[in-house]
Amino acid sequence: MSRLIDWIDERYPLTKVWKEHLAEYYAPKNFNFWYFFGSLALLVLVNQIVTGIWLTMNYKPDANLAFASVEYIMRDVNWGWLIRYLHSTGASAFFIVIYLHMFRGLIYGSYRKPRELLWIIGVVIYLAMMATAFFGYLLPWGQMSYWGAQVIVNLFSAIPVIGDDLSVWIRGDYVISDTTLNRFFALHYLLPFVLAALVFVHIVALHKVGSNNPDGIEIKKGPKGNRWSDTAPADGIPFHPYYTVKDIVGVAGFLIVFLGVVFFLPEMGGFFLEHPNFEPANPLKTPPHIAPVWYFTPFYAMLRAVPSFAGTQVWGVLVMGASIVILFFLPWLDRSPVKSIRYKGMISKVAIALFVIDFLVLGYLGMKPATPGRTLVAQIGTVYYFLFFLAMPFYSKIDKTKPVPERVTQ
Amino acid sequence: MSSEGVDLKKRRTLITATAGVGAVGAGFALVPFISYWQPSARAKALGAPEEADVSKLEPGALLRVKWRGKVCWIVHRTNQMLEDLKKHTDNLVDPNSEVPQQPEYCKNWHRSIKPKYWVAVGICTHLGCSPTFRPDVAPADLGPSWYGGFFCPCHGSKFDLAGRVFKGVPAPKNLVVPPHRYQSDTVIVIGEDQKGGAA
Repeated sequence: MSRLIDWIDERYPLTKVWKEHLAEYYAPKNFNFWYFFGSLALLVLVNQIVTGIWLTMNYKPDANLAFASVEYIMRDVNWGWLIRYLHSTGASAFFIVIYLHMFRGLIYGSYRKPRELLWIIGVVIYLAMMATAFFGYLLPWGQMSYWGAQVIVNLFSAIPVIGDDLSVWIRGDYVISDTTLNRFFALHYLLPFVLAALVFVHIVALHKVGSNNPDGIEIKKGPKGNRWSDTAPADGIPFHPYYTVKDIVGVAGFLIVFLGVVFFLPEMGGFFLEHPNFEPANPLKTPPHIAPVWYFTPFYAMLRAVPSFAGTQVWGVLVMGASIVILFFLPWLDRSPVKSIRYKGMISKVAIALFVIDFLVLGYLGMKPATPGRTLVAQIGTVYYFLFFLAMPFYSKIDKTKPVPERVTQ
Repeated sequence: MSSEGVDLKKRRTLITATAGVGAVGAGFALVPFISYWQPSARAKALGAPEEADVSKLEPGALLRVKWRGKVCWIVHRTNQMLEDLKKHTDNLVDPNSEVPQQPEYCKNWHRSIKPKYWVAVGICTHLGCSPTFRPDVAPADLGPSWYGGFFCPCHGSKFDLAGRVFKGVPAPKNLVVPPHRYQSDTVIVIGEDQKGGAA
């Protein structure tokens, strides 16, 4: 065995990679449960790729056949229902896990120097995920698939001058049609591999700068020497076996909840699979109420909150775009002398708590039909969403902070 | 590699020139990949003009035809409906159709060639839902000043029977009137201008 490893090592850095990224990658010893969600995201990505490829073996990306082929998978293909529910529930689970992963980064300041690029790559991954989810949602060719895509592609036609041509180019037709379905299928198959590549880049960046931790202390700047190495950070422990084993506990907990949904609540009362999507797409009939799937609704609420003026509705589209783009600037908006929320003051804590509530309220409003009252709440929510980021340079600077200890706490 | 006797300036120029020409070539190579996404010849052919016979269309009724895969409406407006169009111009965003959402020959108060027949693309200018035909006057849900029109169920936009958008709704523009012409008194060709030639 060791001779085989030697033979490989002379030709490929197998042992080197194993040591650098697992056995001798020293992560801070004070990770808590928030640190489950990175590895869980990877698990869900693998689930989506595997179940997705299995689904394509019976799915037909043709406007006349797509809806029936999904029903065929559900009813006639052996275990087809399971593969499909793993995939559809996995999509929602992916966003839940990623939102928690992003929230972890937000509260512990994991985007701050030297992890700015790590955060930016993460936001790019989030964008790629949203695109993948959007393309995938058209594939069952139900009413919500069709009209949801119609509404979202029409967002592009709000762009002045080039808008109309751009939306025709995206659709490949004057309306959402068979052509559109075909290319969305191709892109939905392509993007997960882009996503996997981006995840690789994300991990490379992570292992260059090292993991942050709930205290926001740089263990690399602290004292050296631990049980395994004299040069490793004293507050670091090898990723393998310590965190691989910890993450398996996270996986077990996650699977209990995830499979519970897959088996007992795959539609999640219309949140994961919307009810109008059980009707085949009908280009001549719009369902009475169109709402995107839950993970897009906070942004959809912001889109609708902005009224059209000067003869164009591009403003709402711009606000929605800006709500994502602003995430790229987060590393430079936070001017607090400390990273972690543990040592930040009241203003930052209240701001983050309100931000979470705001995001949930916007998500709720985005699912509901608009009324004047709800629109007003959505407008207030939109203003707070941007205020949280744009006012951060000021409130994070004046906020009272607590002294940060030298070493990580237990 | 020794750089002795090497003209570095010349080398830089050559590198820049090579990279520049390469970039132009890569740009041209992109053209087929981008153009591939445009509507195909078949999609365009399906977008060919559509004929509609309105001889059997009752006054006050609506006919749906498909043109370029989009739903198009032809409404046979009664004299009363045409009279009513003039009553609410104050509540409209663009009562005189200043925004070019219609061919030049339909830029008039009734937004059609003949006042009687109104042709439009039945897709809301907000986000592309198809509004519902509501010819009933003053229904309970739309209020006493409703003289008939179109109501979009998605986001609540309202249009009158000439497709003109009301103030205070999400849709920014009037409904689109497609190019069309009369082949005979009762046959309308959607997708061709009056003087002929596909739009």
